[in-house]
Amino acid sequence: MADVADVAEAAGAAGPLRQREFTDLEVPPARGGVREGLRGYGLIVAMWIRSTMTYRTSFALETLGNAAITLLDFAAIYIMFSHVDALGGFTLPEVALLYGSCSASLGLAGLLLGNTDRIGARIRDGSLDTMLVRPVPLLAQVAADRFALRRMGRIAQGLGLLGWALWSLEVDWTAGKVLLVPVMVLAGAAIFAAVMVAGAAFQFIAGDAAEVQNSFTYGGCTMLQYPPTIFATELLRAVTFIVPLAFVNWLPALYVLGRPDPLGLPGWAAFLSPLVALAVFVPASLAWRAGVRSYRSTGS
Amino acid sequence: MRQRVRQSVGQSAGRRVGLYAAVAAGGFRRYATYGTATAAGVFTNTVFGFIVAFTYIALWDQRPGLGGYDQSQALTFVWVSQSLLAAGALIGGGFQEELQERVRTGDIAVDLYRPADLQMWWLAADLGRAAFQLLGRGLVPLAAGALAFRLALPWDPWRWLLFLVSVGLGLVVSFALRYLLGLLAFWLLDGAGINLMATVVSIFFSGMLLPLTVFPGAFGEFVRVLPWAAMLQVPLDVLLGEHSGAGTAAGALAFQAGWVLVLLGIGRLLQSAGTRKVVVQGG
Repeated sequence: MADVADVAEAAGAAGPLRQREFTDLEVPPARGGVREGLRGYGLIVAMWIRSTMTYRTSFALETLGNAAITLLDFAAIYIMFSHVDALGGFTLPEVALLYGSCSASLGLAGLLLGNTDRIGARIRDGSLDTMLVRPVPLLAQVAADRFALRRMGRIAQGLGLLGWALWSLEVDWTAGKVLLVPVMVLAGAAIFAAVMVAGAAFQFIAGDAAEVQNSFTYGGCTMLQYPPTIFATELLRAVTFIVPLAFVNWLPALYVLGRPDPLGLPGWAAFLSPLVALAVFVPASLAWRAGVRSYRSTGS
Repeated sequence: MRQRVRQSVGQSAGRRVGLYAAVAAGGFRRYATYGTATAAGVFTNTVFGFIVAFTYIALWDQRPGLGGYDQSQALTFVWVSQSLLAAGALIGGGFQEELQERVRTGDIAVDLYRPADLQMWWLAADLGRAAFQLLGRGLVPLAAGALAFRLALPWDPWRWLLFLVSVGLGLVVSFALRYLLGLLAFWLLDGAGINLMATVVSIFFSGMLLPLTVFPGAFGEFVRVLPWAAMLQVPLDVLLGEHSGAGTAAGALAFQAGWVLVLLGIGRLLQSAGTRKVVVQGG
């Protein structure tokens, strides 16, 4: 881990590391916050990419594996459709639209800050303390930790299926629908990203609970790849109004497909995804701040 | 040196059994330590169980009897497979990363010095882990599923017994396969890529995404004889009574036992090839 500090120092990002008393841990001040954070993030990411490229065969296999994992998910759906013509009233290309968009969104969020779930392990082994004394905002370090370029595999695979779905569907294209497709993927990624930050914050209280976060991100995506019509109404309400995963792709995709929302939300709700993403970032970042502030080192 | 140590400790078979039992108990306790991680895992398995259950309901509503299951059998398949998933290390986890790391760092030399067989040592540790995860991660999701849906769990204690035997054999098949992955570190050094590919294969071919009986045609017949079928599909079919006659149940267990022998055997060959190759810097 010394190399992260080396990179930061070599680039002149900050002066010598200040030694702090471990009894008095505090968050590095957020002065110049966003720009400095992004810069630190970029440096750490660049380091991890260089490190990944040392084992090229492993990288190639991992990227392929990453794409293959999600493709096999779809293979299972494909096998389902070899037995039925429609699932919950949706055809295979329609399900592919849901599947591709959600997979691309999750892939993008996972690429940018997918390793935030490792924070629980870092709290447990005490290596979070090392991060706290570095002159880079903690969230940037946690997000860039072990940056995994192989996650491009999932993004490529998701976008590929999304493209196939849009090509094979006969959509009544309007300007709004054309705009909605990229907005859906990006806003979806932002919603997943907020969930990941909130999940990381939760681990300050719960300890090593990475799997809870996974059930909202990977579990959420497993749910969103199927039509909303097959799920119970209570579940739909929960993922629309409590953890608003329905805005990742269900509502925008239903609008593109010209289908009504099973909960009866109006059509314009499909365009709310970016606002929803902003709205979930507020509690997520508050939770993160509270988590960092409440952090007490394991002490060993 | 190693031979002599082994002889003195391994005088009686009883003591050796005691040794492996202690290793297994250690594996059990090690995983039992992380309460929150276990609770988080239970939560995840339950969430996934609900999601998959709804998709199966939609599928079996349209095609009752698909794959030879009725709807409640299909739902049982979902929830029991969520319960077995952590124990069988079907989506990763388990020990192979640790074994690879020990090969990479050279710690494996210490393991080879121990008066115990390398394969049996890891098998005992992994079965200890699996036993904990069977209880810690298996019971609650299954109970949640049984409360929320109508499952086809049998009343017959004999069938549960057969199921447990079949689960045990499945766990050993899973171990034997992951042991091969672990040993590959002698040649590959970085196992991350191969582990990920192995996880992909295991997710798909174990029947976790979709029962293997639903896979169509010749492809379906092919996937049902692969070792991954022995990890999840066969135990579930035993529980669901697809192998209800004594003859067919014996056939299913024999299928699993066959893969146990083949894979453990390959593991031994690979182990002796790997340990002959290993050169550890002294110091």
